[in-house]
Amino acid sequence: MTFVKIDRKEWAEGVSALKKGYQVFGPVKEGPGKEEKDHEFRKLSGDQMPEMDYINTRLSPKAAIYPQSEVMFTYTTDERKDDHHILKEPKRDETPKAVIGIRPCDALSFLLVKKNFDTPEYKDPFWLRAYDATTFVGYGCDAPCSSCFCTSAGSGPFDEKGLDVLLADHEEGYLAKVLTEKGKALMEKAGWTSAIDAGGAEKVFGEKAAASQGKFESQISTDKLAQISSMDLYDAPFWEDIAFSCINCGTCTYLCPTCWCFDIQDECRGCDGVRMRNWDSCMSSLFTLHGSGHNPRGDKVSRVRQRFMHKLKYYVDKYGEGIQCVGCGRCVRKCPVNIDIRKVCEMMNQYDPEAQNECACPTT
Amino acid sequence: MQEYTDKIRQIARRLLEEGTVDMVIGFRKGSMPMMNEPCMVRRPQDVDQLVWDSNCGINLANYLTNRKEKIGVVAKGCDSRNIVTHIIENKIDRDQLHIIGVPCGAMIDKRKIASLVEGEITDVTETEEGKVIVKGEGFEKSFDKAEVLQENCAICIHRNPVVHDEMVAEPVEEQTDVDRYADIREIEAMSDAERKAFFDDLYKECIRCYACRNACPLCYCPTCFVDESRPQWVGKGQNENDIRTFHFLRAYHCAGRCTDCGACERACPVGIKVRMLTKKLEKDCKELFDWEAGISLENRPPLDAYRPDDPDEFIK
Repeated sequence: MTFVKIDRKEWAEGVSALKKGYQVFGPVKEGPGKEEKDHEFRKLSGDQMPEMDYINTRLSPKAAIYPQSEVMFTYTTDERKDDHHILKEPKRDETPKAVIGIRPCDALSFLLVKKNFDTPEYKDPFWLRAYDATTFVGYGCDAPCSSCFCTSAGSGPFDEKGLDVLLADHEEGYLAKVLTEKGKALMEKAGWTSAIDAGGAEKVFGEKAAASQGKFESQISTDKLAQISSMDLYDAPFWEDIAFSCINCGTCTYLCPTCWCFDIQDECRGCDGVRMRNWDSCMSSLFTLHGSGHNPRGDKVSRVRQRFMHKLKYYVDKYGEGIQCVGCGRCVRKCPVNIDIRKVCEMMNQYDPEAQNECACPTT
Repeated sequence: MQEYTDKIRQIARRLLEEGTVDMVIGFRKGSMPMMNEPCMVRRPQDVDQLVWDSNCGINLANYLTNRKEKIGVVAKGCDSRNIVTHIIENKIDRDQLHIIGVPCGAMIDKRKIASLVEGEITDVTETEEGKVIVKGEGFEKSFDKAEVLQENCAICIHRNPVVHDEMVAEPVEEQTDVDRYADIREIEAMSDAERKAFFDDLYKECIRCYACRNACPLCYCPTCFVDESRPQWVGKGQNENDIRTFHFLRAYHCAGRCTDCGACERACPVGIKVRMLTKKLEKDCKELFDWEAGISLENRPPLDAYRPDDPDEFIK
């Protein structure tokens, strides 16, 4: 394991150098009235620097690999053309990507999403190519939000899973822990090569992680989710109460780093068209509407239940590696009506069907 | 605010115990600062979860649509106007409702407050003297509530419910000296190019989550035009024309119906000023028809009625 020290000057020069070989993404505030806005991961232009004084971005960085709207193929139905009725891939910018300043929770989310896009039977070429071409430079959290709960969702403020490099604030710059070959290549490209003593650096990382861990105010329990039967949870009496306030918008799913569902659409003008995919949301009634007109999830309660059951039960059962949530807290912070996954998880984890003889709605 | 909360609980308990209603719809305390969650209470022993403060900005008329039960509903001024609109549009029956009127002290703007402090807000409280105390890691700041109101609340002229079965307190004084349309006149005065740039920028960050639509009590169409697939009217991607089509058409569908309750803007996860369009239409309705939505159960909305003395020639 190599540790590198980066001072302020080297940092600015390094980010500029990276832009010559990578499409660099980082947290920034943009546009008019940006003071009132949240940070967002964007592709950095010209002399733009990642603004590292942020807590976390409004949307997750999943769009760097998996854009909200992505053209998969182009086509023409004009039979005068030789290539009519043939799906063709559009030209893409194949320059490698570097996502700078990603939080460890978000980095882990890519490994969760990978389980869906990279299976023995199916490999999603669009997602995988983008993922393989990306280097993730993480940024340890010294000051977690009160709504962050990554420490009980398989991650932590200095967790290394899914990262190629992990940065920590240190003195007037950063300490970098180089974790993979990809990370090493990026460090070299940036000119960040002042290796320092591993023992001392490891200690700094350890101390920072421990200090940050102590600041977490919020956690969830997931230990019983695997044992409770899906049918019992499905039929639990609390769903109507949880779902009541839900307006069935797509905020939680679109902000979530681990929500991976998409919808495929053809759009054409005259004979020329594109086949694109767009993020989809299980909160939408259209998500499950059949061609026949039947909708197996025709009401709000069943849609809300699906979102939580998928993340906290079906996924747990299918993969046996914990929940499909990394504890970033975005849905908690941005839900327009304050539906809180921490509360729902608690209700699911504590659920005892035997003890239920009447409604278990909370009376907080 | 505690008096309001106590009174709401007391009324809700009585209504449920007497069996006057099957459920009471109100707010319960949220898990995040400046957030309350709409909730329904079905049993008298659960009424203590009901609360009232300046974070009850979601419009509860939205939770009445097509319900069949007898419902007690907590309603501030704008909620009550949307309840009127719901009744006029046959989305709920007046006889099903017991309206618990709340003279509204205006809602605070969580985004504005967040922009006025550095760092994460962990607690926000109000004092009886009209101060809002904002606390976070290493800071505590106090603001006059009047400085941090939701924009629609700051210019509201109907804070008292227009229809109610009982009130939780005496009516508050209505604002009379407000200029409701200063921002709209600015946009009207723009050149075409400026206006295009303004709207391009306004919707740039829309992620099409439809929180604005879904938080709106007027948006109850069984299938919204953006969700129609046979035929499909609007593309589903991030094309700017598709995004604007959604916003423009939705706004027009609210013409003469919108009460400027601000639920759309409050719900938007990316902070788009969604009211800019609906307010223009509200202004037009005021100027053309001297109409304010949801004030009375007696009058039909202007776009829903024919008048022999209509000022426009083309319709005669």
